[in-house]
Amino acid sequence: MYKVKVYVTLRESVLDPQGKAVTHSLHSLNYPEVADVRIGKYMELTIEKSTREINEVVNEICTNLLANPVIEDYRYEIEECVAL
Amino acid sequence: MRFAVIVFPGSNCDVDMFHAIKDELGQEVDYVWHDTDSLEAFDAILLPGGFSYGDYLRTGAIARFSKVMKEVVKAAEAGKPILGVCNGFQILLEMGLLPGAMRRNESLSFICKPVELMVENNETWFTTDYQQGETITIPVAHGEGNYYCDEETLARLKANKQIVFTYQHNPNGSLADIAGIVNEAGNVLGMMPHPERAVDELLGSADGLKMFQSIVKAWREAYVVNA
Repeated sequence: MYKVKVYVTLRESVLDPQGKAVTHSLHSLNYPEVADVRIGKYMELTIEKSTREINEVVNEICTNLLANPVIEDYRYEIEECVAL
Repeated sequence: MRFAVIVFPGSNCDVDMFHAIKDELGQEVDYVWHDTDSLEAFDAILLPGGFSYGDYLRTGAIARFSKVMKEVVKAAEAGKPILGVCNGFQILLEMGLLPGAMRRNESLSFICKPVELMVENNETWFTTDYQQGETITIPVAHGEGNYYCDEETLARLKANKQIVFTYQHNPNGSLADIAGIVNEAGNVLGMMPHPERAVDELLGSADGLKMFQSIVKAWREAYVVNA
C-alpha cells in the first residue's frame, strides 16, 4: 500500500488571482515581508500495490486528471505503508 | 436539423438551450444524458452551461471523462458543429478539443451581466449571420472565464482567425480579450457568454439567436440539396 501526497500549483508563468488577493490581504495585516503567495491543491491518494510501477501510475493519474498541464504543475511524495 | 443538448449532473443552462432551439429557432432538439453511447442521430451538439460535477477539481475536468464525450469527439471529427457555452467551453478546453485553459476571474468575483462582444470572424459555422466587426450584446455568468494559453498558441489562434468573439470591455482578465474561439477545422466553438440567454428582445437581447440561425444556414448549405 502506498500513501501518495500530490501538490498541484499554477505554473510560474500563470498569474494566480487568488494568490494575489491573499498577498494583498497579508500586506494589509502588516506583513510587508510577504513577497508572494501561490495557492494550490493538496491531495492524498491511497494506492494499492499492483504489477505497475508506482511512479508510472501516479504520473499518469496526475497528467490525465489531477492537474491540467496547460496551466498547472504537480509534484508528489510517495510513502510506503502497511495496509490497515 | 436535429440538435442534441448534452446534460451532465450539475448542468443548469440545458433548459434555456432547449428553449432557444425549440421555441425560438424552431428546430428539433433532444436532451441527451451524459452516459449515452451514440450521437449519430444528431446534426449538431450543444454543451450547455452550469456546474457539471460541481466543478470539482477544475471546471469541466470530470465531465470530460463522461461516456458521451467519446461520441462528441467522434462528432467533431466527422465535422458536425459543436457549440460549448460557459461550462461547455470549459469542458471543450479540458478535453483538448480547443486549446488553452480557464483561470479564476481576475476580480475573483462571479460575474453575471450583459456584455458587448465584437464579432472577430463571421466566416464560421456559427457566425455567418453577423457582420464582421459587429458589436453584439450577450450575457455572461461565470466565475472562471479568464482564458489563458501560451504565446505560441495565441499566435496560432490569431493567424488562423480562430478568435471568433472578443470582449469590448474585458470583464474577467481573459488573454487578448478572448470571449470565444473555434478549432482549426472551424466546427467546434467554445464561448463564455450565453447566446441561448439572448434569443428574444424580452430577455434584453436577441443577438444570440443569429448564432443558432447561422448554424442552421451553414448546415443547409452543406447538406441539403437545393438549399
